[in-house]
Amino acid sequence: MDFRLDDDQLALQAGMRQLLERCFPRERLREVVDAQELRGVQRGGRQGDRQGDRQVVQGSQDFRGASTGWDVGCALWRELGEAGFFSLRLPERDGGVGLGMPEAVLLFEEAGRALVPGPLVATHLAAGLVPGAAEGTRVVTALTGPGMAEHLGAADSVLLLDGAGARVMATDGGTGPRVLDARPVQSVDPLTPLYAVQELPSPALTHLTAGGDGGRLRSEATLLTAAQQLGSALRTLDMAVLHAGTRRQFGRPIGSFQAVQHLCARMLVRAEIARSGVYAASLTMAGCDIAGAKLLADEAAVRNARDCLQVHGGMGFTWDADVHLHLKRAWLRREQWRTPAAAEEELAAGLLAGDGYGAA
Amino acid sequence: MDLTCTEEEEDFRQRLRAWLADALPRLPPAPSPADWPARRAYDCSWQRALYDAGYAGLHWPADAGGQGATPAQHLIFLEETELAGAPYVGANFVGLLHAGPTIAAEGTAAQRARWLPPILRGEEVWCQGFSEPEAGSDLASLRTRATRDGDAYVVTGSKIWTSHAEVADWCELLVRTDGSAPRHRGISWLALPMDAPGVTVRPLRTLAGSAEFAEVHLDEVRVPLSYRVGAENDGWRVTMVTLSFERGTAFAGEVVACRRTLARLAVKAKENGRWDDPVLRRRLGRLSAEFTALWRLVQWNVSAAGHALRNGGSGVPGTGGSVFKLRYSQARQELYDTAAEVLGPASLDAAEEWTAQRLSSLSYTIAAGTSQIQQNIIAERILGLPGGR
Repeated sequence: MDFRLDDDQLALQAGMRQLLERCFPRERLREVVDAQELRGVQRGGRQGDRQGDRQVVQGSQDFRGASTGWDVGCALWRELGEAGFFSLRLPERDGGVGLGMPEAVLLFEEAGRALVPGPLVATHLAAGLVPGAAEGTRVVTALTGPGMAEHLGAADSVLLLDGAGARVMATDGGTGPRVLDARPVQSVDPLTPLYAVQELPSPALTHLTAGGDGGRLRSEATLLTAAQQLGSALRTLDMAVLHAGTRRQFGRPIGSFQAVQHLCARMLVRAEIARSGVYAASLTMAGCDIAGAKLLADEAAVRNARDCLQVHGGMGFTWDADVHLHLKRAWLRREQWRTPAAAEEELAAGLLAGDGYGAA
Repeated sequence: MDLTCTEEEEDFRQRLRAWLADALPRLPPAPSPADWPARRAYDCSWQRALYDAGYAGLHWPADAGGQGATPAQHLIFLEETELAGAPYVGANFVGLLHAGPTIAAEGTAAQRARWLPPILRGEEVWCQGFSEPEAGSDLASLRTRATRDGDAYVVTGSKIWTSHAEVADWCELLVRTDGSAPRHRGISWLALPMDAPGVTVRPLRTLAGSAEFAEVHLDEVRVPLSYRVGAENDGWRVTMVTLSFERGTAFAGEVVACRRTLARLAVKAKENGRWDDPVLRRRLGRLSAEFTALWRLVQWNVSAAGHALRNGGSGVPGTGGSVFKLRYSQARQELYDTAAEVLGPASLDAAEEWTAQRLSSLSYTIAAGTSQIQQNIIAERILGLPGGR
């Protein structure tokens, strides 16, 4: 037993962090936010107007388009594709990197840390199922049932994971919202357009192609989402500690006050507990381990963003601070794949089934 | 990242399992919790059995009489003994987890030869004399004084929260040997014979009703200079080695026990109908995630300690122990609060096992460094925040 990251895993983690610092630094993140914000203002002016709705759909299609300043999206997606972000777990003979879930978790943790936008999880899962997903040239989103679909307007395909098998629906040219009769929602997260979907297409529809094991893909998606939550929790901890060490009040850094120190200490504990759960689940891939990892990572991401906001004081409440972006994304991911309520029920059932104690 | 056992580790587990299956049925019945001499005898006979089977001082270095096992093997030992229902370390806790490792790390050859073998054989019991009535979290303010008189120190003062004091042969004692030095620099570490003239033990009753610890009064007790471990006035550093041990793997076996308790709680709730309450059910589910992740955190910390050991380090668990201790102590209290919810009014019966545990769990956020002290450690030593008050 050696739970630590090995040298290759450390190198992979450092490499992804460097790539994201280069391709998606904070200035890029804020450019994207500002571009989306402009559209939000436009949308607000036309509330309830059909024209306005179309505008939103149009806007979301610009995930990879140049018209909104979102050309970042396309380039970033390609960079990630070239770095093997999407093809990481495909066998080398299929053009992949041939690595496993532990390595995927490390990459998604970095993506969560950097707040990379886009349907990363679904596109990663679709590598091997949807041509172009592995390379990052096609964008794939996913649905497990009626509810919120992210980036539907920008997606070339939708993974439907509502049953035992996975189905793939083509939505080229931004046809997703129309095909699924989805209503655009003014998303709480400025970087994640959302669409409310009432009903999934019936399995009888012929343009759907089958592929993959639905249960396995849902489990993987849950864990990769948890990994992003972990990355976000670690990032908001860093932000809080940096601010607490530099911001001065009463003639000293606020981080020298125990009230602030203990907030930060609890953030670290939350993140480290989530890290243990997420990394271990990537090794065992057991249902209860994955549910527990998601539960603890959701809590770490949401609570740490809240505490980070608190440490930042008034600045934390502003649009210009990045804290709200982490909090809003954390809220969004909390609702995806396995909500805390669902995870707790699954874990409770596991206790009765005797999976509460998994030795080794 | 690898959570699977190596072939060597798996062999170790299988041999241990086989030995436990053979040894445990031959144990005498467990003594009454109030009968301290019987508890000492029971704990020591178990330690002797471990010694004879080659499992004593598993994590101690081989040159201290230990088995030189890897931290991973030590973890397997804690896990398997707990799963098999073997006795807890009990009265030998301080000897095996605090005083022994300190003597092994800092003692002279003669001191190691005198004190370590009897600990490993279960012949001598140690207690800990660190805290004082006026020196709790602020341990470095301790005032028990030791002045030189010929070949001995003359020690006067009071110690408190001393577990197993009534049945201990030795006490690892922190004393002030230089009252004028900066407070961390005037402390020394002594081995105090508990039968020395001038030592008085007064049991303290806990809120659970039992006498788990005591006050120890020292009135001009003579302790030979040769009983000092480490240099004079270097006792603070010597002590930090000990405390790191305490916060490291000391609770690993208990996490296993908590996970088993949780599974039993779920069964109990299903039986008495409380399971139908979704709030309670979800709380049980949440605790399952909590204790599983805590076990993984132990494995994470042990892996880090094993790595440090292989690279010439001490193998002493580092600050990761504070993260674990903070979260574990809270989770343990939540576990037994939840048990009370499962039991309902039956939880008011103090004879109920889970009620006794609920009471004793209240000490966990205080003993071995309060939660507030742990948060200070994390903030300043891990996060690097400026020193505060």
